[in-house]
Order: sequence, then structure tokens, then C-alpha cells
Amino acid sequence: MLSPVILVPALLNGLMTGAIYALIALGLTLIYGVLHIINFAHGTLLTAAMFAAFFAYALVGLDPYLAVLIIAPLFFLIGYGLQRFIIGPTAHGEDRNYLLVTLGLAIIIENLLLYVFRADTRTINLPYAFDVIEIGTAFLAVPRVIAFVAVLVVASVLWIFMQWTDTGKAIRAVAKEKLGAELAGIDVAHIHAVTFGLGTACVAIAACLLIPTYYVNPTAGDAFVLIAFTIVVLGGMGSILGALVGGLFVGVVESFSSMFLGQSLGQIGIFVMFIVMLLVRPSGLFGEQA
Amino acid sequence: MAKPLLLVDGLHTGYGSTEILRGVDFHVKPSEIVTVLGANGAGKSTMSRAISGVTRPWAGTIRFKDDAIERAQPAEIVARGLIQVPEGRRIFPNMTVRENLDLGAYRRGRSRRNVNRNRVFSIFPRLSERQSQRAGTLSGGEQQMLAIGRGLMAEPELLILDEPSLGLSPLLVEELFVLIKNINAQGIAVLLIEQNVVQSLEVAQRAYILDNGRFVLEGPAAQIANDPDLKRTYLGM
Repeated sequence: MLSPVILVPALLNGLMTGAIYALIALGLTLIYGVLHIINFAHGTLLTAAMFAAFFAYALVGLDPYLAVLIIAPLFFLIGYGLQRFIIGPTAHGEDRNYLLVTLGLAIIIENLLLYVFRADTRTINLPYAFDVIEIGTAFLAVPRVIAFVAVLVVASVLWIFMQWTDTGKAIRAVAKEKLGAELAGIDVAHIHAVTFGLGTACVAIAACLLIPTYYVNPTAGDAFVLIAFTIVVLGGMGSILGALVGGLFVGVVESFSSMFLGQSLGQIGIFVMFIVMLLVRPSGLFGEQA
Repeated sequence: MAKPLLLVDGLHTGYGSTEILRGVDFHVKPSEIVTVLGANGAGKSTMSRAISGVTRPWAGTIRFKDDAIERAQPAEIVARGLIQVPEGRRIFPNMTVRENLDLGAYRRGRSRRNVNRNRVFSIFPRLSERQSQRAGTLSGGEQQMLAIGRGLMAEPELLILDEPSLGLSPLLVEELFVLIKNINAQGIAVLLIEQNVVQSLEVAQRAYILDNGRFVLEGPAAQIANDPDLKRTYLGM
């Protein structure tokens, strides 16, 4: 059981799954870090983006890896609009309002999807979906390798954007010192909306990376977001690096625990590890100590 | 008389249902130093927040360079050249000194960012030495310099300084007031909101005394400084 022939593929497959988790967590942690809110609509936005990617392929034959070039900007705009015109104006800066508004949006979006698309589960069949790449003893599905590389690229681009651009710096400024940012002439409502848009674009990219190997139905995103919440806490609330490392780590934990405990119990490992983490280091891997 | 740069008329505001400012009228002329003095809780910071658009006025008008700004967003007010250095500095602790300064020019003065940054460094050589250090690790005095430097990056026509001397050692306070004079000598009008009565009255041309949301005394700073009732009655000293 513990031979490298089994462990290495489990590790690599865990990293591949973890990359997608990381990207979803990245969007969530970005929004949390700047707006200090838990976005309960994150999962349904993921589902909505998966539907978008599904229909882009099913209706016009657009490959998900090309569709992402349209779907990600589209969901950036959707996220921007939701925060700017609905969440921001209704929340009035109150935490409990944010919670209720995003939860309400989640329910509305999910039920709209259910109404329009029914509860059917849909999949697409890409010609290369079952192609594999052989790395040592591991056979890795091509779409999962693409997803892994794409997530690393997206996380790097996001990090560079946050460190080196004026807008990225403004986002970091608003995250830590809102009044100081306002008085420096930074439009806080706009920056909040940009952040929400970026977080939503992250789930849109994740959706396009998922759809080649996964299915979509009106609740498909929920399973991912529960894990993403765990990753956000694990990596440290608001930390981009934490989301990436935490996501990969959770993917590996899940992969190993499903190997030892069986497929259906794989996620137990994540939550056991999560509880241990909360006991030992409650601020997360890369979180700031209180 | 020169036309006022800032003209506040009948300003009322507060938080929730509690009124803090209860009808405030004053003005600042171009290249003037005006000080507003008051004890804790008199409404000083509420006043500066209202002028900068962070707190909405309930009633009254605020005009800057003849334009009404009482309904404008903070970013728009910054764009017009009315810059506030807030109480408590409000620097970005997670970012470097240089990033803090550069964000000062986010809305205004962006094309002259390098020139202005060098000018700030020449005023505060300490900031130049520490430009790649995280702002949160600076001493209190350095943080205050950084906050003022960030304000200067936006090329203010009127600079509001809200309690800049708070928490500084007496020696640094001396330096600060010299600095305020130097900033003003470059043609920048200064609205100095302070509790430090003696030194504020020394640098300012005119003064207003705020008590319980109203001005109770106003006039040339020299005259206010000699008012026998000033300290005992209104500043609780």
C-alpha cells in the first residue's frame, strides 16, 4: 500500500484537484480580505459559471479553454455589478447585512438556475477529455494538468497585479485602512466592486477548468465552496499565498484519505485536519496573528 | 479681502440621531493658517470628516473654491485639492513607505508623482532612508511624517491636519509646527485642528474655539491667545 507506485500518483492527483480548490478559495479569500465579508454567493456563482461554460460548448461548440476568455471577463462584470449596485448599497457596511444579502443572492441565483435548467445533471464530452499524460508511474488526465498549470498562472498574475499595479495597491490599501484610503482619494465603493469582480472571475475560471471533467447541475458549486471555506481559514483569512498552498494541501489530504479510507470517506480527512489546525494554529498558515 | 478658499456655512451633522456639530460657520482664505481648537469631544474630528465628505452633513453648505462640495464623495473632494491628514495618521501599515506616498497621488498629482515624492523626501529625509520599510514598523513620529507626506503627494491647495501633534514627544511637536509653517510658506492653506493651544495659536493667523458643537470664540490668533477666559472656560485646562 505504501509503495511509491501508489503514493506518487495519489500525491499528483491530489495536487491537481487541490489547484481547483485553491482557485475557488482564492476568490473567496480575496473578497474576505478586502471587504471583510464571507461571500455566501460564491458557490452559486461558480455553478452559474459552470452553466455558462457548459452552454458555450453545448450550443456553439466553444471549447471551455477558449470560452474562459469570455466567461471570466463576463463574470468579473457580474461580480462588479452585484457588489456595486446590490450588495454594497443594501449592506450599509454592516456585517450581518452582508451575510444576509449574499445568502439571499445565493438562494435567488440557485433557484433561478433550477427553474431554467431543471435539476438535470449535464456533462460535456471533449475529444481530449480522457487523454492522459504519463509522469513516472502516474497517469494524469490532460484537463487536470491544464487546470493545475492554469491555476498557478492565475495565482501568479493576481499576485503581481496586487503587488505592482496602482489598482492592486489601492485594493491592499482599502483592505487595511479604509478611511486612510478614502482620504487619499481612492474610491472605496469602486475598489470593493473591483475586488468582488476579481473574486467572481476566479470562480468563473475555475468553472471553465472544471467543466471538461466534471458535471453541472444547479447545486454543483456547493461542494467546492464548503471545501474552499475550509481552505480560506486554513491558509489564513485574506491571504493569497495561503489560499494557494492551503488548496493544494487540502487536495493532497483528500487524495490520501480517500486512498486509505475509501472514495466516499475521502473528505473526512480534510475536516479532521481542519479541526486539528484550528486547535493548533487558529489564525491559519499564512494568517496574521491577532 | 481675498475670496475664501473654504467657506462653511451653517454646518450640522452627527452620528445616528446624535447631533455633534450644531451650526458651524467659518472660512479659510488662500495661503492662510487657520486653527480650530477644542477639547476632546468638542466635535473637531466630526468637522474634518464632514468637510472631507466622509460624514454627510445634515444641513448647511461647504464651498471649496466656490463649488459646493457638501454632497461630494471623498475621492472627488481630494481631486479638487482639499486634502486631509486624518487623526491617528491612517497610513497603510502593510505597505512600504514609498507605496504609501505613491498612493497619496492616486487621484491627484499622478503625473508629477516622482517630482513630488522627491520633494517629500527632501522635507523628510528620514522617510527617504526608510522608503522600502513597511510603514507599520515606523515610530509614531515617522508615521505622522508619512501621513503628512502622503497628503502633500496630492498637491493640496488646502491641507487639513487633524490633531497632528497627538502622541508626539515635545521635541517632535516643536519640529511639527515648524514644518506646518514651511508647508504654508509654499502657498498651501492649512486648517489645523488641534488641542495643542499655545503652539497652534503661535503658527495660525486666525483661530476658532469649538465647544460642544459650536464656535464660542473666534478671531485673530494673537487676540485669542490673550483672551483671559479661553483656557479655563473652553478648553478645560
